[in-house]
Amino acid sequence: MKNKITDNEVKLEFLSKSNNEAFARISVAAFVSQLDPTIEEISDIKTAVSEAVTNAIVHGYEDKMGIVTVICKIHENEVYIEISDSGKGIENVEMAKQPLFTTRPNLERSGMGFTIMESFMDELNVQSILGLGTKVTMKKKIKQTEEVEDMPVTLEEALRG
Amino acid sequence: MITNFYEKDKLLVFKINEEIDECSVKNIRRKADYEIERFMPREVVFDFDSVTFMDSAGIGMVIRKVQAGTNASEVKQKLQI
Ligand SMILES: Nc1ncnc2c1ncn2[C@@H]1O[C@H](COP(=O)(O)OP(=O)(O)O)[C@@H](O)[C@H]1O
Ligand SMILES: [Mg+2]
Repeated sequence: MKNKITDNEVKLEFLSKSNNEAFARISVAAFVSQLDPTIEEISDIKTAVSEAVTNAIVHGYEDKMGIVTVICKIHENEVYIEISDSGKGIENVEMAKQPLFTTRPNLERSGMGFTIMESFMDELNVQSILGLGTKVTMKKKIKQTEEVEDMPVTLEEALRG
Repeated sequence: MITNFYEKDKLLVFKINEEIDECSVKNIRRKADYEIERFMPREVVFDFDSVTFMDSAGIGMVIRKVQAGTNASEVKQKLQI
């Protein structure tokens, strides 16, 4: 019998070191796997998380050390991911979200981070205050492959068929 | 990353077999630049077949490598994805 999915939540906090990018996306993928996502859905989520965490580390904290926080929640078949930093913040969020926009072209950045988050997830929301930090929230519905009928819960129901 | 140089065709092939993100791309780039300097190939191929994960850091690397290829007259860098 397949368990009915219940709400669940995890919170990760880690230093803004670039080798934590892999840790963050793998942890989120492992947590989300309880929803039985497809390989494609998992890979979309991993990429979006990687983009947001990299941004927090590279742009938010630049060369300073800080804490990146990742909160991941599951509600029914929807995944909610929140990635925040207390770094330098974004001056103009709308501009930052434009494809190919980057403030650091010298670092070989492609300016595609937000575009990828937007297209791989169902919803993207960016809140930022200069000098205080940035919070990126994303949502994605995991498609249920087959809706498994609920098993009868009482003897009465079972006997009735 | 596995590097292969084919002397006859002056062809340098990089087979990337790790995840490509902001963290790993630095090493890939450093190694690729070093090998290109060392072998002076006529053609460079990046083989992404064994890449299991790639985010926009990979796109950044590819774009820069293509630009480098079109700017330099002697080094032609070819992309096979
Ligand atoms: N967490 C953040 N803190 C500060 N600035 C950010 C943050 N995330 C994104 N930005 C800004 O938004 C721009 C666009 O981000 P993105 O689309 O990921 O492209 P890239 O990272 O390649 O520059 C960045 O160049 C940076 O200026
Ligand atoms: Mg980015």
